[in-house]
Amino acid sequence: MQGMPVTLSIQTQKGGAIMDDIAQRCIAIIAKAKNIPTDTITLDTSFEALNIDSLDKINISFEVEEAFDIAIPDDSLGSLKTVGDVVRGVEQLVAAKAASGSATTTTS
Amino acid sequence: MNRVVITGLGCITPIGSTVDSFRESLFAGKTGIAPIAAVPDAPDGNPGVRYTQSAQVFDFDPAQHLDSGVIAATNRNTHFAIVAARQAAQQAELKKHHQPGDIAIIMGCACGGRSSEESEVKNLYTRNARAHPLTIVRTMSSAGASNISIDLRITGPTLDISTACASATHAIGLAFHMVRSGMSTAALAGGHEAPLSWGFYRAWDSMRVVSPTRCRPFAADRDGMSLGEGAAMLVLETLESAQARNAPIFGEIVGFGMSADANHITQPQAEGAATAMRKALADANAAPDEVGYINAHGTGTQANDATESAAIHQVFGSRASQIPISSTKALHGHAIGASGALEALATTLALHEGRLPQNGDITNPDPSLNVDLIVNEPRPTGPTLALSNSLAFGGLNAVIAMRSWRT
Repeated sequence: MQGMPVTLSIQTQKGGAIMDDIAQRCIAIIAKAKNIPTDTITLDTSFEALNIDSLDKINISFEVEEAFDIAIPDDSLGSLKTVGDVVRGVEQLVAAKAASGSATTTTS
Repeated sequence: MNRVVITGLGCITPIGSTVDSFRESLFAGKTGIAPIAAVPDAPDGNPGVRYTQSAQVFDFDPAQHLDSGVIAATNRNTHFAIVAARQAAQQAELKKHHQPGDIAIIMGCACGGRSSEESEVKNLYTRNARAHPLTIVRTMSSAGASNISIDLRITGPTLDISTACASATHAIGLAFHMVRSGMSTAALAGGHEAPLSWGFYRAWDSMRVVSPTRCRPFAADRDGMSLGEGAAMLVLETLESAQARNAPIFGEIVGFGMSADANHITQPQAEGAATAMRKALADANAAPDEVGYINAHGTGTQANDATESAAIHQVFGSRASQIPISSTKALHGHAIGASGALEALATTLALHEGRLPQNGDITNPDPSLNVDLIVNEPRPTGPTLALSNSLAFGGLNAVIAMRSWRT
């Protein structure tokens, strides 16, 4: 992985741990917003099952954006149906941010 | 013109978050003015003001009543509004007996969602943070009425009125007009306010009108007001619709008077208050002699209580010193835009029970005011006519005239 920034190599080596961390933090945010215990939420849990309405979605998106310092595109909110959708979306945005923020050396 | 009666009551207040507990505290003279709890964001929770007490609603958990999405989109003042409105609407079976479009929601609120605004502004000014996307709807002054409409699915005329300390009295008065005229067959009328934030405490401190301890309306040694929060709601409807279903009736609103002092932005003037009282009586087709109770604005400042007493003397002449009077702010504090509603609730309960609440635990009335202050315990009364006064900053005066209902 010569020339790759440190953060990306950590992601690759410990990919599983970081994914779990993102998932845990997302679940904690959703649990707090809905005032429910975290252990009632899994990656497969749907928003519908949690009674997450449009106002909850706005609230949760903002807290997620603040927690990970990312920006969720407005038009993608509608496509989020499960907790897993949120987690995958956050992972992509976090990775994209890390990639764009460390383009000091390149490999092709 | 319809006769307008009160068929539902609701409240979240520092002396009770049900009408039953409010009533109990009211007639026991139990105050809700207490040491100020730790203020979020203030260093060590200490707001750094000269005064030590306010009338707070303790133990209110919005999650017990409201969905998470609604909580995320609203401020505490709106939580109070929704929950109190539900109580009143339920008691009156409001939706069962009136079309959604025929019901008006007329609320008083002077401060809007300022505590939410303060915390967003703090984040902005200290770290250039993004505002929560629901900031605007949390803070807008119309949030209370709007959310009541959404919560109860009421589609009639829906407003929040803002006239400082008279807001809720103006709201109840306007609702009374709308039901009397037939524009609406029923109305949810009241007020909601939750302004006790750090910035609010500090702004009031600078005005030097808050009592260092707690308000003692009409007392010889009164030294200022006590700030408060809460909500109270009345359901008003036509007498005809109330009687058609044999609804319990708690009182009848018979008149409403308004005026402006056109004098000073903070100092009240007796003539303005006197005019509003006279207009309320004229609107009620009632003579001053019929008034058997005055629920005073009675903030406990030197200026208000003296001016209000002078106004009462202007209206009632030699009889002024014999009309039972009390300020229930001694118990529930000054909830600013909601205070007129808390006082309308107290007045309704007083007339309904035939008991006039005492003026807190004050036992040393200022003799120079020359009013008949109710002290020590509630005073029994037969059916009578009451006035409830609200005399606000800006010189805005609103007075409701209410009669006991006897079936």
